[in-house]
Amino acid sequence: MSLKRALVGCKRVIDYAVKIRVKPDKSGVVTEGVKHSMNPFDELAVEEAVRMKEGKKLDEVVVVSCGPKGAQDVLKTALAMGADRAIHVSYDQVDKLEPLGVAKIFAKLVQEETPDLVLLGKQAIDDDANQTAQMLSGLLDWSQATFAYKIDLADDGKQLTVVREIDGGLETIDVKLPSVVSTDLRLNEPRYATLPNIMKAKKKPMKTTTPEELGVDVSPRLELLSVAEPPARSAGIKVESVDELIDKLKNEAKVL
Amino acid sequence: ASTLVYVDHNNGALNPAVRSAINAASKLGGDVTALVAGGDDASVAPVILKAQEANKYTHILAAASSVGKNVMPRVAAKLDVSMVSDVTGISSEDTFERPIYAGNAMASVKSSDAVKILTIRPTAFDEAAAEGGSATTEAFEVDATQDLATFKGQELTKSDRPQLADASRVVSGGRALKSSENFSIIYDLADAMGAAVGASRAAVDAGYVPNDLQVGQTGKIVAPELYLAVGISGAIQHIAGMKDSKTIACINKDAEAPIFQISDYGLEADLFKAVPEMTEKLK
Repeated sequence: MSLKRALVGCKRVIDYAVKIRVKPDKSGVVTEGVKHSMNPFDELAVEEAVRMKEGKKLDEVVVVSCGPKGAQDVLKTALAMGADRAIHVSYDQVDKLEPLGVAKIFAKLVQEETPDLVLLGKQAIDDDANQTAQMLSGLLDWSQATFAYKIDLADDGKQLTVVREIDGGLETIDVKLPSVVSTDLRLNEPRYATLPNIMKAKKKPMKTTTPEELGVDVSPRLELLSVAEPPARSAGIKVESVDELIDKLKNEAKVL
Repeated sequence: ASTLVYVDHNNGALNPAVRSAINAASKLGGDVTALVAGGDDASVAPVILKAQEANKYTHILAAASSVGKNVMPRVAAKLDVSMVSDVTGISSEDTFERPIYAGNAMASVKSSDAVKILTIRPTAFDEAAAEGGSATTEAFEVDATQDLATFKGQELTKSDRPQLADASRVVSGGRALKSSENFSIIYDLADAMGAAVGASRAAVDAGYVPNDLQVGQTGKIVAPELYLAVGISGAIQHIAGMKDSKTIACINKDAEAPIFQISDYGLEADLFKAVPEMTEKLK
């Protein structure tokens, strides 16, 4: 038995390969003129949903992104990867959109779209919060399976067996559907969107809405007072040999 | 302040990270209550919520362990409050420091919520003393049964080596090891040093070692006395996971590798020669 629908989150973030710069006035990091792309953990979520669809375990993949107009770019990427349609929740002040607000938006979309499964990245690589999936499952009173390493749908379509990454290794749990699952690194290797698929994706439907239209209050609860450079660590010395390294570690740093 | 700390344990031993969370809680001032609950993760959130309903804490803390990360956002959503993850500094009762962008920036955030919910980055706070407290213990009975999830089993990495998260020495290997077989020289050196073994995300992605050895923003955050990075170039996300180590050393044949920029001692050498030599000399 296949699942009817999955909602998949796609956040637009500064590309993982970009070295970020803190603004001199400490109000945030420089985002203008900086390459953005889909949050890598969300790419894993899109890939997993598309693979479930290809394996006839899922009928429809709906991708969602909350943010300014640029968020549509990551939705187009997700459509080119194989998602069926997209929902853009337009919100310009994305740096003030907290995981609680995003979870509330998704909770509302879940009411409208009635998915069996919501797949989200475990964290976004900008705020590193690691909260949205857990908050959403709390709001919905659904089961949750965070940090997924492997996801299997039971034959009766009523539960998932999820292997999770935990501190000391792996853990296996069964969760009742509907469920919220967050993805971890080793779940899969996301495909690249090919040019023909990017062209095809242009014809796929994309709906735009706003938190107000959805009737969701996303006003921030946290105030960002400042963003600063982390304390710098200065380079030490080069040693010439293994003997010198051992000597320094033993007698200078006293850590061996 | 009156603070509740969720105690993460494995039905026998305390997760050492909890002692860091208790130390962080003591910095808030006021009473600190530790909540110990049995059961799996999914049933923990309702227990914390019942305790909050009964005692109206101003702060609820947990260590940013896999259990803390799993449970606390769920608690926050149920209370309709935002949450501050991975706190590395407490400036006041409502203002906290935390790393963003893989530790490439530090944010100072002020919470306007009635209840502040935080996870604490263990490496940023000393561990509270394990003994000598004067707390009383009381039973708190709740019916928090749920049937959303069923625990099936755990497959923990078995090792006689120290645990990565709280080892005083760590030897990590990167993609330059080239294969999982070659990674054995890292294990040998770690054993000669009494160290835990770690790895870069590149080595994990390449399949040389399991993910629970990954040091970095998306893996484990460590701060040992000695961190020895072998064949690791020093990608920003790796550095975010180990830059608070007391002493950092590296072995790398690429003199331009960024890891040299943050190392106290750098050895420019072929790791396949230097590592076995170092192991031999430390035995």
